[in-house]
Amino acid sequence: MSTFQQSLILARTERLYRRRKLMNRVMTGAMIVAVGFAIVPLFLILFYLLKEGLPGLSIDLFTEDPNRPGRAGGGVHNALVGSGIMVGLALLIGVPVAIGTGVFLSEFGQNRAGAFVRFIIEVMAGIPSITIGLFVYGLVVVNQGHFSALAGALALAIILVPIVARISEEMMLLVPRSLREASYALGAPRWKTVLQIVFPTALPGIITGVMLGLSRIAGEAAPLLFTSLGNQFYSTDVTAPIDSLPTRIFTYATGPYDYWHEQAWAMSFILVGIILIVSLSVRTLFGSRVTVRQ
Amino acid sequence: MTDVQTRQPNEAESFSGAISMQVSIPQAPPSDQTAEKPIAISARNVSAWYGAKMAISGISMDIHKNSVTALIGPSGCGKSTYIRCFNRMHEFAPNARVEGTILVDGADIYEAGVDPARVRQRIGMVFQKPNPFPTMSIAENVAAGLRFMGVRSKSEIGDRVEASLKAAALWDEVKDDLKKPGIALSGGQQQRLCIARTIAVEPEVVLMDEPCSALDPVATLKIEDLMRGLAERYTIVIVTHNMQQAARVSDYTAFLLMGDDGAGHLVEYRPTADIFTNPREKRTEDYITGRFG
Repeated sequence: MSTFQQSLILARTERLYRRRKLMNRVMTGAMIVAVGFAIVPLFLILFYLLKEGLPGLSIDLFTEDPNRPGRAGGGVHNALVGSGIMVGLALLIGVPVAIGTGVFLSEFGQNRAGAFVRFIIEVMAGIPSITIGLFVYGLVVVNQGHFSALAGALALAIILVPIVARISEEMMLLVPRSLREASYALGAPRWKTVLQIVFPTALPGIITGVMLGLSRIAGEAAPLLFTSLGNQFYSTDVTAPIDSLPTRIFTYATGPYDYWHEQAWAMSFILVGIILIVSLSVRTLFGSRVTVRQ
Repeated sequence: MTDVQTRQPNEAESFSGAISMQVSIPQAPPSDQTAEKPIAISARNVSAWYGAKMAISGISMDIHKNSVTALIGPSGCGKSTYIRCFNRMHEFAPNARVEGTILVDGADIYEAGVDPARVRQRIGMVFQKPNPFPTMSIAENVAAGLRFMGVRSKSEIGDRVEASLKAAALWDEVKDDLKKPGIALSGGQQQRLCIARTIAVEPEVVLMDEPCSALDPVATLKIEDLMRGLAERYTIVIVTHNMQQAARVSDYTAFLLMGDDGAGHLVEYRPTADIFTNPREKRTEDYITGRFG
């Protein structure tokens, strides 16, 4: 091979190499831009919440109930308690149903019945939350003749079920087959294997799913507007209308007073803060166990 | 094979006596006298399928009590499938099917009305990859089978955990860490934990499906020593890819091979010493001398 031929080959590989390097840079750049589009809004929201929400934060906000409209001051103690009651009730109603569904789907759902339930869950997950509110309004509120915390909790539970059920199924399916085999080989019947081996192994993941569902329902306003309605006063009666953070944010944000707007921002900040704290504490509590060993 | 030790099969062997770095081939009785040890499992004409695919075809074997029986053969010859028929684990595979009879102490484990869970309590299994329960501590792992059986007494569970860990040669390494998670142990320790878990329920037979293939040579030797010791109390059936391992630990060896029909057949089943020094079948000789497989 002549040196001339060799130099030709070298020039070609050099060109190819430069093209690859350029392509590498272009694609890396494109991905950084994409990541930016995903992250920037999140930080903007957090920044805005901090900027607008911090000035309205005060002890009164947590301990006082709302003043009569137009009179500045007061707090949203009733909304905090109301949200707590309804989210708690929704978890009480929804989580057992959802985990039961998830366990059924993963352990006994590899058939047509399972496929049908899975389809229903998919559809449920896709129903707009306001439609679920309307459904509960027709089912509970109209029949009872009045709004109630229970109706609100029921609407939230219906939103919660598909989220937690799907994650539960996935987490149960992630449990390695070798663990089930180990259990069966020790003479455990199927139900004991599911309850004592598979479920505890999947539990950290399922709890993460419940937290995800909690974050979702804690911020829902639409389904509460015509189920729990909202309440100017402090109430813990689950059969009566009750206040909640999202509905109070809605009232205050669309209301005429500046101090309302300020409190609405502060409440949004509190809501995001609570969700952050809950997810972070769960993650630190179960963090080491969330990843299922393969 | 420089140092061929001779050993009578019924001679009780001290634990350390079995720990020999040299390849030792036990001098098992000649094949026509194998009946002198009682039979733990009697498999007759066992065939198994995955869907329409036949995995093993008409294999009959008598597994002798208190001995180590090794199944060797190249990949895909049905060794694992065969021992999974012994504790009815085969039926967990989709569309799996078993034909033939398997008698354990004279009782057919595939007879209608037999509870597979009960069968598995009597015939334990150790798997290829160590699989301790990740949510349980070392002690809880060993006690898992007892709890499945409904044992509630804490003192009884504590005693059995200690005895099983001792029998699995793990006690000295973990006795101060019983509350630590089982998966925090090393791979070899995890496998010994799984052996302790299996023998905690006092099975008659322990099936081992390539128990050392995920372990390093030192851990492998420990498990092999353990097997020799355990054979004094339990009947052990081991599947292995490793012919040296079969030669080191087993009293009897069965050689399986995939036939032209794609299913595993039994080629030769005799005392280990005979099969490795004087194979009857040409195919066995070709395999153990490394001509294929």
